[in-house]
Amino acid sequence: MMNSNATSSSSGVAGSTEISTPRRNSKRPKYSKFTQQELPACKPILTPGWVISAFMLVSIVFIPIGVASLFASRDVVEIVDRYETACIPPASKSHKVEYIQSSEDKTCNRTLRVLKRMKQPIYVYYQLDNFYQNHRRYVKSRSDEQLKYVRSENDTSACKPEDNNGLSIVPCGLIAWSLFNDTYSFSRNNQQLTVNKKGISWKSDREHKFGEKVYPKNFQNGKLIGGAHLNSSIPLSEQEDLIVWMRTAALPTFRKLYGKIEVDLQENELIQVAVENNYNTYSFNGKKKLVLSTTTWLGGKNDFLGIAYLTVGGLSFFLSMAFTVVYLAKPRRLGDSSYLSWNRNPGGH
Amino acid sequence: MKRYVYINDDELSPNLYCDNRISNRKYTLLNFLPKNLWEQFSRFMNQYFLLIACLQLWPLITPVNPASTWGPLILIFAVSATKEAWDDYNRYLSDKKANEKEVWVVKQGIKKPIQAQDTHVGNIIWLRENDEVPCDLVLIGTSDPQGLCYVETAALDGETDLKTRVIPSACMGIDFELLHKIKGVIECPNPDKDIRRFDANLRLFPPFIDNDVCPLTINNTILQSCYLRNTEWACGVAVYTGNETKMGMSRGIPEPKLTAMDAMIDKLTGAIFIFQIVVVVVLGIAGNVWKETEARKQWYVQYPNESPWYELLVIPLRFELLCSIMIPISIKVSLDLVKSLYAKFIDWDNEMIDLETGTPAHAANTAISEDLGQVEYILTDKTGTLTENRMIFKRCCISSIFYGNESGDALQDVELLNAIASGSPDIIRFLTVMAICNTVIPMRSKSGSISYKAQSQDEEALVRAAARLHMVFVNKNANTLEINFNGAIVQYDLLDILEFSSDRKRMSVVVKDCRSGKIFLLSKGADESILPCARVGQQTRSFTEAVEQYAQLGLRTLCLAWRELDEDEYRAWSSIFKEANSALVDREWRVAEVCQRLEHELEILGVVAIEDRLQDGVPETIESLRKAGINFWMLTGDKQTTAVQIALSCSFVSPEPKGQLLLINGKTEDEVCRSLERVLLTTRVTNSEPKDVAFVIDGWALEIALKHYKKAFVELAILSRTAICCRVTPSQKAQLVELLKSCDYRTLAIGDGGNDVRMIQQADIGVGISGREGLQAARAADYSIGKFRFLKRLILVHGRYSYNRTAFLSQYSFYKSLLICFIQIFFSFISGVSGTSLFNSVSLMAYNVFYTSIPVLVTSVLDKDLSEGTVLQHPQILFYCQAGRLLNPSTFAGWFGRSLFHAIVVFVITIHAYAYEKSEMEEMSMVALSGCIWLQAFVVAFETNSFTMLQHLAIWGNLVGFYIINWIVSALPSTGMYTIMFRLCRQPSYWTTMFLIVGAGMGPVLALKYFRYTYRSSKINILQQAERLGGPILSLGNIEPQPRSLENDVAPLSITQPKSRNPVYEPLLSDSPNATRRSFGSGTPFDFFQSQSRLSSSYSRNCKDN
Repeated sequence: MMNSNATSSSSGVAGSTEISTPRRNSKRPKYSKFTQQELPACKPILTPGWVISAFMLVSIVFIPIGVASLFASRDVVEIVDRYETACIPPASKSHKVEYIQSSEDKTCNRTLRVLKRMKQPIYVYYQLDNFYQNHRRYVKSRSDEQLKYVRSENDTSACKPEDNNGLSIVPCGLIAWSLFNDTYSFSRNNQQLTVNKKGISWKSDREHKFGEKVYPKNFQNGKLIGGAHLNSSIPLSEQEDLIVWMRTAALPTFRKLYGKIEVDLQENELIQVAVENNYNTYSFNGKKKLVLSTTTWLGGKNDFLGIAYLTVGGLSFFLSMAFTVVYLAKPRRLGDSSYLSWNRNPGGH
Repeated sequence: MKRYVYINDDELSPNLYCDNRISNRKYTLLNFLPKNLWEQFSRFMNQYFLLIACLQLWPLITPVNPASTWGPLILIFAVSATKEAWDDYNRYLSDKKANEKEVWVVKQGIKKPIQAQDTHVGNIIWLRENDEVPCDLVLIGTSDPQGLCYVETAALDGETDLKTRVIPSACMGIDFELLHKIKGVIECPNPDKDIRRFDANLRLFPPFIDNDVCPLTINNTILQSCYLRNTEWACGVAVYTGNETKMGMSRGIPEPKLTAMDAMIDKLTGAIFIFQIVVVVVLGIAGNVWKETEARKQWYVQYPNESPWYELLVIPLRFELLCSIMIPISIKVSLDLVKSLYAKFIDWDNEMIDLETGTPAHAANTAISEDLGQVEYILTDKTGTLTENRMIFKRCCISSIFYGNESGDALQDVELLNAIASGSPDIIRFLTVMAICNTVIPMRSKSGSISYKAQSQDEEALVRAAARLHMVFVNKNANTLEINFNGAIVQYDLLDILEFSSDRKRMSVVVKDCRSGKIFLLSKGADESILPCARVGQQTRSFTEAVEQYAQLGLRTLCLAWRELDEDEYRAWSSIFKEANSALVDREWRVAEVCQRLEHELEILGVVAIEDRLQDGVPETIESLRKAGINFWMLTGDKQTTAVQIALSCSFVSPEPKGQLLLINGKTEDEVCRSLERVLLTTRVTNSEPKDVAFVIDGWALEIALKHYKKAFVELAILSRTAICCRVTPSQKAQLVELLKSCDYRTLAIGDGGNDVRMIQQADIGVGISGREGLQAARAADYSIGKFRFLKRLILVHGRYSYNRTAFLSQYSFYKSLLICFIQIFFSFISGVSGTSLFNSVSLMAYNVFYTSIPVLVTSVLDKDLSEGTVLQHPQILFYCQAGRLLNPSTFAGWFGRSLFHAIVVFVITIHAYAYEKSEMEEMSMVALSGCIWLQAFVVAFETNSFTMLQHLAIWGNLVGFYIINWIVSALPSTGMYTIMFRLCRQPSYWTTMFLIVGAGMGPVLALKYFRYTYRSSKINILQQAERLGGPILSLGNIEPQPRSLENDVAPLSITQPKSRNPVYEPLLSDSPNATRRSFGSGTPFDFFQSQSRLSSSYSRNCKDN
């Protein structure tokens, strides 16, 4: 009906165009569905059937995804060992910060039991808690130019508030300065377990973010020693621990890849880890954990997605049921004009 | 203050006055930048953004690259500056064109062509036919032997008919050659903008000496921007030049109008600003506390132990910058953009084109279309707005005999024709007055037919009617009028014209019969200004009755009268008249007084009734708009009876005995006060009943009421939905608009003539009808339409859609800004309250400018919640817009809550799904950003009522575009985002996170919307459902008009109810409200309303035309 209306009015216009004066004629736009706001449109409305089936569909899709992700997460075998308190000798328990800052040998032996068979590759992570890599002072204190190009090695202005004493420190900035320096060596049945530390960083970082000709310079030479030292004969692009560390974490609890164990571990095997406990998390009560984990299509062990999917799917199912019940119990005719108040009571609102 | 213009004197008047350079420019090349920036920065929003942008230049506190604010800011400023510059450049070009036009000017006695800008005051300027007048001139010569010339003043006042201008008497008869050498002085007032007055004197110097100082009026001038027509040449002395011309003085840039929604948006912005300050203060304190307690222990952050004095401020300022995106920078630009499209939709609307003249509707003001949807009061003019302003002579009453009562058309009344044929002297006099008591100019075309050019529609109607009745006004030569009566030529000398003014309400001419030499005064005018001047002893009762009867039929009446003058009386009067005419002070008043001296002892000849037909569709339009909850006030200069009659016939008052008219009248303060109080009491009493109460007030009472009883009148104005104000002046119209505006009502004024301009400019929305009274009103108005009935479409369709769409767009803009801002705030809690930005600069900038703008812009241009037909059938739905139901603090709170909820969903899901080894900063920020983009796409889709292809394209295309843009950015090694997006898109966990965000974010929104839609549905929802299901909606169409013509219905009415004249007003004007209701209750046939109901049904006939 609207269409016939529109066409008739448009033809009417065309007819009168010839009559009207040419001056006014030019003002008249060409008839188009856009200018007349008559573009064909579909107007979906929220009918009970539509809404109930939408919620049903969501629950049908979400619940299997939730189950699948939950299974994936359960498939992951994860060994977490918190060692920062255990690795303090009982004598130093009262002054942990002094202990960690002293130069004595801080090697500490830990034994991990493999609860379930772990297939290679097994990822070795270190996890820090309560460590704010996302702090504003920290996260900005780096110079990407300097990491990439030799010519910008003096370009340390971005590295404030690190104090460089006029030297050009490479790599500069708080992030690099606080590089994590605990090391782990693994053995199984008194046999060394090799940890592959190659390829733990992003390939793109090695190739495009860290220069092949940029060598560490004046690093950790200042009064304040932060974290790890770097071998100044290895270019930055091969300093993978640094590259990993420089990918700052967005959360105060984070894991960073330490290396990969490329053999399978059997159930109930015992693994000895010699931890060199160097990194100071004691001054801010941070935790340090060593994590060995396998991986699946969804990543590491994380039940959140599975549970969330099941929750949303379940709620959708509940809602669709509830709406159905309400609809059956109290049907309401859509678009009933008797609901228009002005039809009941003409003249007033 | 006066100015003396020495004619053609190159030495005596050096550059005392400005040259003729016209300048409409707002800026010059030098001051453009500072002036434009100053103007832009006078807005609060812009000041705010500038402050933010400046703060960002401080690297210590800026969370992101300053470019993310400077970029959009500069872009926005550049866009508006460019627009201004372009407009100004166009003004400059048109000025330049006008300034460099060639003009022939007498210099040292020789005619020379010079540029228009080089003419000076005192120069003699020659014009040829169809030339544009370069400056204000006093005529001194024309090609016409009588010294006449014709000008078209359309550019000045919008009136399209030709006006006669005449050279001053002193210059009469000066030879063409001698005009070069003419010298003299013109004494004229300083420049002003009154285009209807020019009170000046002219004295010529020897050898053209004239004893008298010759008075000059506006009739002796031709003003800038007029065109010379039908005259071979004319010449004149420049008196006002450049920007000092009357045209130049009346130019002005109108104040920009602020819509109710703008005000609401400003208010909400203010609220958000306060919220932001609170957030900043709280987070600032928290940040400083955390810094002192925790951050000092975090050795890797290296907080120094001593810090500069401003250290305490750093964290709050960082948060201020982080939260600055709460107020969307793009909202102004987006609103301007869509609003200009809404205005274009009005221009483009084929259904608002007046097919008779081919005039489309036009929106001159592009910024206020949503206000149309919020109109609460419509103040309308009557003549030309509700009526067609096409006057047709219908009836007359000559010497107590009514003509035209049977047929409804006096021109076909056999009795009248017979009377004319028999040559009854009364009738001949009557026709003579009809034919020549006017300022009409007959124009003889080549084919011999005569057309009339008249300034007043009434006069044209009378002259035409006279011509049909064999009294043809053939020719007007200077002061000689020629009439052809039944083939015999009669000539009259036109001695004087006593012009019409709205105060005098009558006009007269003094003519001399060339044959007999007798002098006559012929007058015509409104009954109350003519009848009191009747000759002593003449019975005017029959005329009063005739006037009343005609007025009841909605006809306009004029009384015609004449008097023979003594030669001596005329002479004596003539000299006083001349003197008054040359007065420089109070000329108008003095002339009026002198005219009064002649216009007395008149012999009333009869009454003419002129029909001004209602425009098509007026009653339906008013009915619909009244149903939509809009109150109508009619403001007219016409007389009460006519106004009331028209009001009744066009549904101003409800037809059944529901309606009630209350009259406020009185000549003195006391009377007005009493009557006002009485009406107020009645209105209060009846307010609770479903009854339509309208009050009627005339200009005099209105003035008293507004002056002394404003409070009571305001109360009455609020209580009553309808009012009829008759005999009001233009300034009173504007006052009434002001009154309603001061009560916080949205007003729309609609009119067509020059007398409506002030009201149109005063109102929130001014609508002009590009009608027969010229384009003056249409020019001053925000919207111009061809016919009154388009108002319905303008308000119900365009206004309503604009309101809905703007409401959505503005709230959505806040929603998306708040969404991203809340995420930043949440992130700050897990980043040591240090003010780290989760998102990088590029993403933040692109989020506002690209990712979130296109879908909402497209939707807010195309979305239609209800189809046009449904809205027009159910105008009541406008109530939602009027009451501001779609944009107010509570709807805004809904959007605020939604953005908070969505921010929580995105943030919580992101940090949990991307925890531990995945918690890489760049990846996480991208996950959160994509979450926001997905949600906003679904939110737009949810809020869209009608999907066209374009909307699908915009919403889903935008989502795809987001990925494409980010893939491109991720492919550039130099960016921080290098490879991030490719990396994410390969992870199944990324996609599962996205679906989870959408599911968790939209599920509750859908459930809530569905619940409200089905179980707490608004009227809009019900209509939407009805529309979709195609159910009973079509049967609801309650207007089923039956085309009938007005004349057929009216004619029998007036005959069958001649005695209804007297009782008509009595029940309405009875003293107490009780009496009024008694008259309703007693079941007395209430003729007034009965006739009305018949009329109203007969008027509804336009639906066929639609």
